Amino acid sequence: MADTVQTWSPGLQGVGLQSSTSRNLRLFMRRRSTIAFLMCLPLIVIIVSLVLYPACYSIYLSMLNKAQTRFIGLDNFRFLLSRDVFLMVMEQTAIFALSAVFFKALIGLITAHLINNLPVKGQRKWRGMLLVPWVIPLALSSLGWWWLFDPTHSAFNYVLSSLGFEEVPWLSSPYWARFSVILVNVWYGAPFFLIMYLAALKSVPEQLYEAASIDGASAWQKFVHITLPMMRNIIAITVLFSLIVTFANFDIVQIMTAGGPRNMTHVFATYSFMLGIRSGDLPLGAATSLFMFPILAFAAIFILRGVRKRGREIG
Amino acid sequence: MSTAAVAAAAPRRLSVRSSLSRNRRWALITSYVFLVIFAIFFLIPPYYMVVTALKSDAEVAHMATNPWIVADGFTLDQFKILLTQTDFLIFFKNTVIVTVSVVAITMVVSVLAAFSLGRMKFWGSSILATGIFLTYLVPDTLLFIPLFQIVKAVGLLNNYWGMILVYPTLTVPFCTWIMIGYFQSIPKELDEAALIDGAGHMQMLTKIFIPVALPGIIAAMIFAFTVSWAAFVYPMAFLYSADQQVLTVGTVTSLIRGDVYKWGMLMAGALMAAAPPLVIYAFLMDYYIAGLTAGATKG
Repeated sequence: MADTVQTWSPGLQGVGLQSSTSRNLRLFMRRRSTIAFLMCLPLIVIIVSLVLYPACYSIYLSMLNKAQTRFIGLDNFRFLLSRDVFLMVMEQTAIFALSAVFFKALIGLITAHLINNLPVKGQRKWRGMLLVPWVIPLALSSLGWWWLFDPTHSAFNYVLSSLGFEEVPWLSSPYWARFSVILVNVWYGAPFFLIMYLAALKSVPEQLYEAASIDGASAWQKFVHITLPMMRNIIAITVLFSLIVTFANFDIVQIMTAGGPRNMTHVFATYSFMLGIRSGDLPLGAATSLFMFPILAFAAIFILRGVRKRGREIG
Repeated sequence: MSTAAVAAAAPRRLSVRSSLSRNRRWALITSYVFLVIFAIFFLIPPYYMVVTALKSDAEVAHMATNPWIVADGFTLDQFKILLTQTDFLIFFKNTVIVTVSVVAITMVVSVLAAFSLGRMKFWGSSILATGIFLTYLVPDTLLFIPLFQIVKAVGLLNNYWGMILVYPTLTVPFCTWIMIGYFQSIPKELDEAALIDGAGHMQMLTKIFIPVALPGIIAAMIFAFTVSWAAFVYPMAFLYSADQQVLTVGTVTSLIRGDVYKWGMLMAGALMAAAPPLVIYAFLMDYYIAGLTAGATKG
């Protein structure tokens, strides 16, 4: 984006033939950049005071003791890394985010192709229907899922037991609980991929497929040699973006399991909430949430590169 | 090509076309089959929420009947209880106040900034544009602990006005980002013409840019609305009494009392809380999707 920010001053200078006009113009340009800066000021104030300052403050906070009276350096981080529970939280966050993003991307890609196969008239209806999980506020649909997973009244277990299968302890057994929170995340996030991929599929020129058909390419060959290369950039952007959101996810785990059973489903966000807000140890909570930072920074850099590249491709 | 050759080629071409259309039909049928499977997966929770909300308490608690259908007759009792005996309407009112204020603040701040960044230039404006995009990628779960201290310091802890203070961090960066894209797509001739006619910057913005970029503004507004309506981390961390609570947190915490969950009422609450975004989506789907894809497909 940054490299496409434009200015049209050269075009205008040609207009200023007379000297008085050009002086006015210069004055105008100087005034213009002042006005431009003033227009950005509210945004700058918000970003500096509510994002940049808290981010830096968080680093400072994470180096204080619980009562926030003493500077203790990296002791909070050392303490966290020495605890088995925290190592498990790290592991679970990685499992949660990576597997959820993988299945979201896969389901999104499949459904986008399926919809793209349909006659144009029917596409809108299906797209509208399949995006519903993304539109319902996540906290509220998580509540609905919780009810579907209820230990005594689970509607899934009703189906399973009437088909003669064993009932599943969806949220009460640690490994099933891990599965359940990932399932809900996939359910919620897959429609986002669907929409992004569908938009990308529409931007692939039809002639490429026609040319491939004439050369006798199969559907799979068309996918591998045309669709994937054309969509590579947008797939990368979407995956990285989803990786950030999923690593930082809070709603699903907090509502359905609150980290239990035996802390097995905690992710960074819920664990730092438990330590920082529930137990009142803000510095330790801040230290926990800062562990997300390296992953986010890594993803952010690559997204920025991808978006810029795409901006140039579109022109 | 002689007529004989054409006549010989014709049947073959015909059979190729019919096998192509047969392939096409099969592709269509498999597409529909799999789409139905995915649609069932995507729509199970909302469907089950609706079914539960329409049942009586007795039927919800009863374990022998099929939970997937309403067997004992529809009832709106759950909604009645929700609206008369709980704090739901207070949550609703708080959420409306917070959301409307946040959308208004977001639009003013981001339209001004996007106009300036997309159309004018000043020292550091390109760095700022990149910075805005990066802020959009900072998740709320990274900031809620330091923001807790800040909200406490300004005396807005457990006060929904505190939400109006912090929600713009979720909405402003993205809205500015997509508005920059929309403003840049407007032809430069338009504002040159306005300049020649002697329009000021503010006139240029209100008379030309806002009307022309209206689809983008609507998309940004929908984004700001859905994000503030659905926000969960900040109210969960900063609000704790029922009279200040917003819908998302209120529904999942305050409506649950004791060990007996009144699932019928909870589902009624969840549905009513989810209704405004769903209604907006139903009527403005194209704008909604434009806002969703703008981040990556517009530059």
